[in-house]
Amino acid sequence: MSKLSAEMAGGTPETGSDSPALVVSHMDVTYKVRDQDRLALRDVSFSIARGESYGLVGESGSGKSTAALALVRYLPRNGRVSGGTILINGQDPLAMGNAELRQLRARTVSMVYQEPGRALNPSIRVGRQIAEVFELAGQSSREATQSAQDMLGRVQISDPARVMRRYPFELSGGMAQRVVIAMALAVSPSLLILDEPTTALDATVEAEVLDLVAALRQEFDTSVLFISHNLAVIAKMCDRVGVLYAGELLEQGPARQVFDDPRHPYTVGLLRCIPRRGQRKDRDRLDTIPGFLPSPGHTLTGCVFAPRCALAQDRCRSESPPFFDVGDLRTARCFYSDQAPELPRATPSSAPALATDGPGAPIVSVEKLSKTFPGGVQALAGVDLTVLRGETLGLVGESGSGKTTLARVLLGLTAPDPGSVVTLEDKPLNPQARHRPREILRALQIVFQNPDSALNRRHSVRSLISRPLTRLAGLSGAALRDRLAELIASVRLEDRHLALRPGQLSGGLKQRVAIARAFGARPDVVVCDEPTSALDVSVQAAILNLLADLQQQEHATYLFISHDLGLVRYLSDRIVVLYLGRVMEVGPAETVFTGPHHPYTEALFSAVPSLDGQRPDRIRLHGDIPSAADPPGGCVFHTRCPRRLSTGVCESTEPPLLEEEPGHLIRCHIPITELRQLQLNEPAPSQGGSA
Amino acid sequence: MAMFLLRRLGLMILTLWILSLIVFFAGQILPGDPGRAILGPFATSSAVQSLDHTLGVDRPLLTRYLSWIGGLLHGNFGTSYTYRTAVEPFVRAALINSVKLAALAFVIVVPLGIIGGVIAALYVGRGVDRTISVTGLSLSAIPEFVTGIVLIVIFGVELKALPVTASAGAGAGVFDQFRHLILPAIPLVLILFGYIARMARAGTIEALNSDYARTAVLKGLPRTTVIRRHILRNSLLPTITVIATQTGYLIGGLVVVETLFNYQGIGNLIFKAAQAKDFAMLEAGVLAIGVVYVVATLVADLLLIALNPRLRVGVSSD
Amino acid sequence: MTDTSADAGGAAPLEPGEPFSSLPGAGGPVLIVATPQLVDRARWRLLLSRPTFLVGAAIILFWVVCAIFGKSFAPYNPLAQNLLANNAGPSGAHWFGTDQLGRDVLSRVIVGARVILIVTPLATILGTVLGTALGLVMGYFGGATDLIVGRLIEAVLALPFVIIAFLFVVAVGSSTGALIVIIGFVFTPLIARTVRAAVLSERHLDYLSSARLLGESSARIMFGEILPNIMPTILVEFTVRLGYAVFAVATLSFLGFGVQPPTPDWGSDIAANYSGLLAGYWWQVLFPALAIASLVTAVNLITDSIEQVLNA
Repeated sequence: MSKLSAEMAGGTPETGSDSPALVVSHMDVTYKVRDQDRLALRDVSFSIARGESYGLVGESGSGKSTAALALVRYLPRNGRVSGGTILINGQDPLAMGNAELRQLRARTVSMVYQEPGRALNPSIRVGRQIAEVFELAGQSSREATQSAQDMLGRVQISDPARVMRRYPFELSGGMAQRVVIAMALAVSPSLLILDEPTTALDATVEAEVLDLVAALRQEFDTSVLFISHNLAVIAKMCDRVGVLYAGELLEQGPARQVFDDPRHPYTVGLLRCIPRRGQRKDRDRLDTIPGFLPSPGHTLTGCVFAPRCALAQDRCRSESPPFFDVGDLRTARCFYSDQAPELPRATPSSAPALATDGPGAPIVSVEKLSKTFPGGVQALAGVDLTVLRGETLGLVGESGSGKTTLARVLLGLTAPDPGSVVTLEDKPLNPQARHRPREILRALQIVFQNPDSALNRRHSVRSLISRPLTRLAGLSGAALRDRLAELIASVRLEDRHLALRPGQLSGGLKQRVAIARAFGARPDVVVCDEPTSALDVSVQAAILNLLADLQQQEHATYLFISHDLGLVRYLSDRIVVLYLGRVMEVGPAETVFTGPHHPYTEALFSAVPSLDGQRPDRIRLHGDIPSAADPPGGCVFHTRCPRRLSTGVCESTEPPLLEEEPGHLIRCHIPITELRQLQLNEPAPSQGGSA
Repeated sequence: MAMFLLRRLGLMILTLWILSLIVFFAGQILPGDPGRAILGPFATSSAVQSLDHTLGVDRPLLTRYLSWIGGLLHGNFGTSYTYRTAVEPFVRAALINSVKLAALAFVIVVPLGIIGGVIAALYVGRGVDRTISVTGLSLSAIPEFVTGIVLIVIFGVELKALPVTASAGAGAGVFDQFRHLILPAIPLVLILFGYIARMARAGTIEALNSDYARTAVLKGLPRTTVIRRHILRNSLLPTITVIATQTGYLIGGLVVVETLFNYQGIGNLIFKAAQAKDFAMLEAGVLAIGVVYVVATLVADLLLIALNPRLRVGVSSD
Repeated sequence: MTDTSADAGGAAPLEPGEPFSSLPGAGGPVLIVATPQLVDRARWRLLLSRPTFLVGAAIILFWVVCAIFGKSFAPYNPLAQNLLANNAGPSGAHWFGTDQLGRDVLSRVIVGARVILIVTPLATILGTVLGTALGLVMGYFGGATDLIVGRLIEAVLALPFVIIAFLFVVAVGSSTGALIVIIGFVFTPLIARTVRAAVLSERHLDYLSSARLLGESSARIMFGEILPNIMPTILVEFTVRLGYAVFAVATLSFLGFGVQPPTPDWGSDIAANYSGLLAGYWWQVLFPALAIASLVTAVNLITDSIEQVLNA
């Protein structure tokens, strides 16, 4: 295959008689910052054939969103396409005048963004906003309204007429995203650009939206550019993929192949950062990518990834590699791509030997824990739970599940309803943190999701980490200094970081500061509330390793909250599944994961895309999660449950939480033996029906 | 929604009540004895005392407050110490005059300010923006009496183009009244312009940077349509609240302007009443202003509810 | 994922970071990261390079010099009357002419800066300190405290401050000290309202929860955690009120409730010589008026520059 076409597309596009929907050729995008030019994208080339779905994957700073903005000429005022060409359906947006550009945007290209609620005008009814697109295409007001309603039907919104009259804030996330998709596909664009369209959505809702996009893509024969940091989603949705790093495309090819058999050291490293099925914190540590992203506008000599690459040689640092063919329609920008699969690990893969022998006695427990917020929203309803010393209890659930409220109640940040009991080592805790003695505050700490919000940006790192040492551990003088040094070392920070403020640190470093702060006074229980959700994949791995190491070192107990089921599975000993404020299932991690498990758990896990390949039977839940202000009667899950019993018991009676196997509790009317049959296809017990 | 309105009304009544307390007790700390002020320094103390008794100022504080409030609610604003007749007609006439002046000022400044702010936002950071912003800022900095005087000198004395007293005389026609009110209205306009333009600018900038503005542009809508249909209605919401609160500020400005232009408005009334220690007039006048402000804020809130759908409809889920 | 928003600028948070700032543009905001330590120094440099700031500062400096040293370099004694030379227009002997009593207007303008420049900063500082404390308490505690005090503030704000001010002056007198206290008190609710709003926007951030989990006292949280983060808002508010204060003192003097004659003061001089306008003696009123205008404008220019720099 010629080098030229390899550069262009990672291969010849599949084709029909039509030209490709998108051809990007050697595109450079520059931003002018304080009178200096900074390259955000460099020499990016890819193309998307008609009807094809192309994924652009990258972490923050890769420039993936910039690429999308450049295509529609919506870069900020200080940005411009400084080199290369773009052809959308054979037309060049960079050469267009305003009127032509508007036509392009109206007819040919559409975009869908991350936060659907914000993408819609809050003061205009939804139907009107969709109709606007049709009016632009020349329809009359009446025709446009009808078309808008039809479109809502095509994005699987039931009762489109009613939704037409709604305002955006009245819609749930999933519904709003469907509306945005309806607007985007209204006039059958040739190219649909999706920039993190489901990142803000719950797992089950995300699954539905992704299915919708896949179906509509076929129906409208639209080409799709799918931008995301989530490799699993890209693997599921895209035919081909391009991996962006620091503004450059490093590898391209068919999605499945690139993810199963990566040929660029960066891709290899990235994939190793993600916990896969079968990996457990006790046995395996995640690999990390050493070093940091290059500063924007760095002067380039050599491969952009070389400073962080274990395979880098002198040649890599002085010469920028071109694209090499590495297989069928695949290219990689690396001199040593054949060695990539054998990339040496940055972090040893085996975990340090376990010091303790696993979880012990209960340390924290809650009984009949309920929390109703003013306005009738019932965040938690009668939750009973026990956390064992030394374990990691994974808390899983979507919006409205109550997992954050549970954590906050535990810590004393929110007071539960009267009658709820929260105990630490069998002693009841005061519902409010301000009334708890120092000893208790020391024992329960938290690592928040967003370090920008969790660290006071006006305090220095030293002050942030020292505060718990003085307030809770009562240290001062030499003892304080020693402990501080110890903490810094244990989270892999350096002395020079102490004088800095959070704003001067990267996301990963900030989270390390937050972790050091949480562990400062040697807590017994640490709540980790989505500790890595705001971080890049490569940084995430390092933080998770850190948390695992610290747990062993300090014999800490973790309550690990996350929407990322892969992480939960990797880190947790036991898992609790919450839905609408109720415990649906509790059990050992592997069992809860593989089954037999609660129908909701089943649906949840099958909804999440995984790099490990498609699951055989995918369960799809329909509709949105019911509001916590008005939960369904009987079993709260019955409205969406695909295994709802026809006897009607699910609608009328709430099932009790029963211990079906030792250590495994399920709240379902269906007995576990039957679940085992249904979910794992195991044969019915030979001795006559028990279910 | 009904709950919200009820709550809002309740809070307003609470505010008004506190206001009445403040006004009444503030009046009490002003020095001077009404009887003495009326009869003059040469009257005998027994005459002063008996006058005080007639006026009712020697009753206990609480009784006086309650009778005052009671009177107010019945439309009786008390009796002026100076004029010895009911306060109510004075206050009413003065209020109407001030409202005319304020209304004229508003009618000029609101559109001007909004247009200025929106234009500044559309060209943010560039010459036009800096000019409008700095101009607005500077103009609002100059006290009304300064601009008033400058205007009087230029238009009234030198050019003799416009009258320098604001009162057109009894029975004057609308156009004539308008001519007289123009000069006094201008200082008010200059003061408010900067503030309103600033709010409109900030609101418009926020709307321009929003995700929905991006959606509108990427739909292929022409720029003017985006601004007209999508930006404006969201950017002007905060401006409305501001305009309402400006009524309070405006009335403060009226004191000076009315004095300067010799206009019988409420500001002038209060000023003279304070000088003459006519507490009944003073309290009634100040309370009247306060009520106008509180009611204006309520109207602004209602307007906001009418225009902002989020406040109108309860959040429901689907 | 928060990091993707940084993606829009093609740059990512780094360690140690590059300067980031946010610029609104037709295409949406650009994100660039900032280093707070250096930023303070960089901000100063930025501030000092802005023409609006320099002009404003120069004017204020000029008036400060007049206020402090005015008596020494004013050409005449501002109180010295010379009835023979009264109402004289600007000339070589009297650059700004003389007033009704023959006093030199230029000298009166120079020395007249004194009272205003003493009262306004002190009054504003008083108001800012009290208003900040009040706003912090209202914003942090919320609930009934906020509701009741809020109503109180709204009631007070319903009355135009010029009116409240002169009512107090009638009650308490118009000495310099009294003016400072009165204006300071009148500003307190205004500033409290702004500070409260700033506190509310910090309230949901997790660092406050973290502080509570350390058992920090409410006072420490308000003043040690929240206050440092709202300082920029307070700073801007301070400079804005400074302008208002000049305005207020001048207006009060004009109405006769401020500085009393024969002390030179811009506002009262205008009031005293206002009638001279109709006779054509424009210089008696124009120059003090320009002085007021220049001072207020200067303060506003500084406010504007500070706001630009803080938002940049």
